Amino acid sequence: MSEEMYKEIILDHYKNPRNKGVFPDAEVSAEDYNPVCGDRIRIDIIIADDKVSDVKFDGEGCAISQASASILTDMLIDKSIDEILKLDKDDILEALGTPVLGPARIKCALLSLKVMKLGTYSYIGKDTPTDPAD
Amino acid sequence: MTSDAFLNIKNDFPILSRLIKGKEFIYLDSAATTQKPNSVINSITHYYKNYNSNIHRGIYSISIEATEHYENARTNVSNFIHAKSPNEIIFTRNTTEAINLVANTWATKNLQKGDSIILTEMEHHSNLVPWQIIAKKLGLNLEFIPVNNDGILILDNLDELFSKTGKFLAITHVSNVLGTVNPIKEIIAKAHDFGLVTLVDAAQSVPHMPVDVSSINSDFFVFSGHKMLGPSGIGILHARQELLQNMDPFLYGGDMISSVSLRDAKWNDLPWKFEAGTPNIVGAIGLGKAIDYLNHLDMNNIRKHEQNLLSYALERLNELGDIHVFGPKNPEISGGVLSFSYSNFHPHDIASILDTESIAIRAGHHCAQPLMEKLGVPATTRASFYIYNDESDIDKLVHGLEKVRSVLS
Repeated sequence: MSEEMYKEIILDHYKNPRNKGVFPDAEVSAEDYNPVCGDRIRIDIIIADDKVSDVKFDGEGCAISQASASILTDMLIDKSIDEILKLDKDDILEALGTPVLGPARIKCALLSLKVMKLGTYSYIGKDTPTDPAD
Repeated sequence: MTSDAFLNIKNDFPILSRLIKGKEFIYLDSAATTQKPNSVINSITHYYKNYNSNIHRGIYSISIEATEHYENARTNVSNFIHAKSPNEIIFTRNTTEAINLVANTWATKNLQKGDSIILTEMEHHSNLVPWQIIAKKLGLNLEFIPVNNDGILILDNLDELFSKTGKFLAITHVSNVLGTVNPIKEIIAKAHDFGLVTLVDAAQSVPHMPVDVSSINSDFFVFSGHKMLGPSGIGILHARQELLQNMDPFLYGGDMISSVSLRDAKWNDLPWKFEAGTPNIVGAIGLGKAIDYLNHLDMNNIRKHEQNLLSYALERLNELGDIHVFGPKNPEISGGVLSFSYSNFHPHDIASILDTESIAIRAGHHCAQPLMEKLGVPATTRASFYIYNDESDIDKLVHGLEKVRSVLS
């Protein structure tokens, strides 16, 4: 299972993360932890005309959590708020190229999606759904 | 150097001959739970196939047989830890339930607002959270014996800790994260000097070394069957009889009574007063068989075997480099537990990649989040050894760690 878990794309984003950093004054900003692993992800999104004009992530943790955050930020640029709120678990797993994450590791992969949704729902003044990563 | 008794031991454990992902299964997570030998597995199926029945009240043959086996297991446990009498041995579900029993019966009756419970910074959540709850309920203070950077308890201020408002000490014998073997006898003696009542969490010591409760002289002493080759769902509370006699029952119902009227009931004798309802009969019987297996190997040999493995593992990991070991790094004062960090690789990545080599190790906080905070890490990688491990398992672990480096860097 794990042999396929560490796909080239995951290792590439883990070793060379894209969009790493913070925007202190971004419109959308959120952070969360995976208490079991100690993974931490913060995502800052600059919104212009209801679209993502730039995004950064920060954090530490396992390769899966950090790579998925890097991959997610690449997916967000130029998308509308509506579009990024529609992103779901399957989109992330497809982008990671690894449908074989077991129950123990899937939380690592979905932490960044959860953080993005927490921040974005808060920005538009709506309650976050119970399972924001779904 | 492996003693002859340990040479072909893997053959007794059917799971260890399983191929996982086409590779030999290397199990290095015995601090979490241990694998089971054929004798234990067979005792379970034998019970269900031949004398499955409820205990203590049946007049017919197989119920008497089941009762005998269940009570013989209690005697076996009693002898194994050198208790004064089987009446001091209470069967529980596990260590956690045994601690909750003490917290909900002895502690609620004997501790009062302003009293202090003394714990250590290296406790498993099971010997921390029950006391947090009781402390909140009764208005008690929690005080902690600190841990130094080598994972060893700092005992300089015990007098002060014990003398102020200390009434109760709950302490682990061996750390499940660091492997540290605490000088439990000396600490208990000092606690008694100050009039404290004591509980020892022996979940990580009883399976791995000779333990004598009469010599340790603790008031309460708890451990789990599944960490010593036994089935899950069976644990032990050992306590001094006079304490047990003065405690209220924990759970109420069948088997724990001597007589019942519509509005009142009288409690059964020890130890059954604390065993309400049909117990884990086959769990106790399986644990008895596990103890037979351990006795056959001799606990002194088991301790020596694990010390040898720990020395070898420390040496091999040191050669590998980029490894930071948490804990004493000294087999004289360590159990067969090795927690480490490896370069900047996250423990969960290490565990996932080792899993591709069919090597089972533990990654995480090991149910000791406050200790992780103290060590300054969110999680560690932990390999833990038992009787069925040998040097070749450690060689495979080191080989697996080399693969981790090649994948992640």
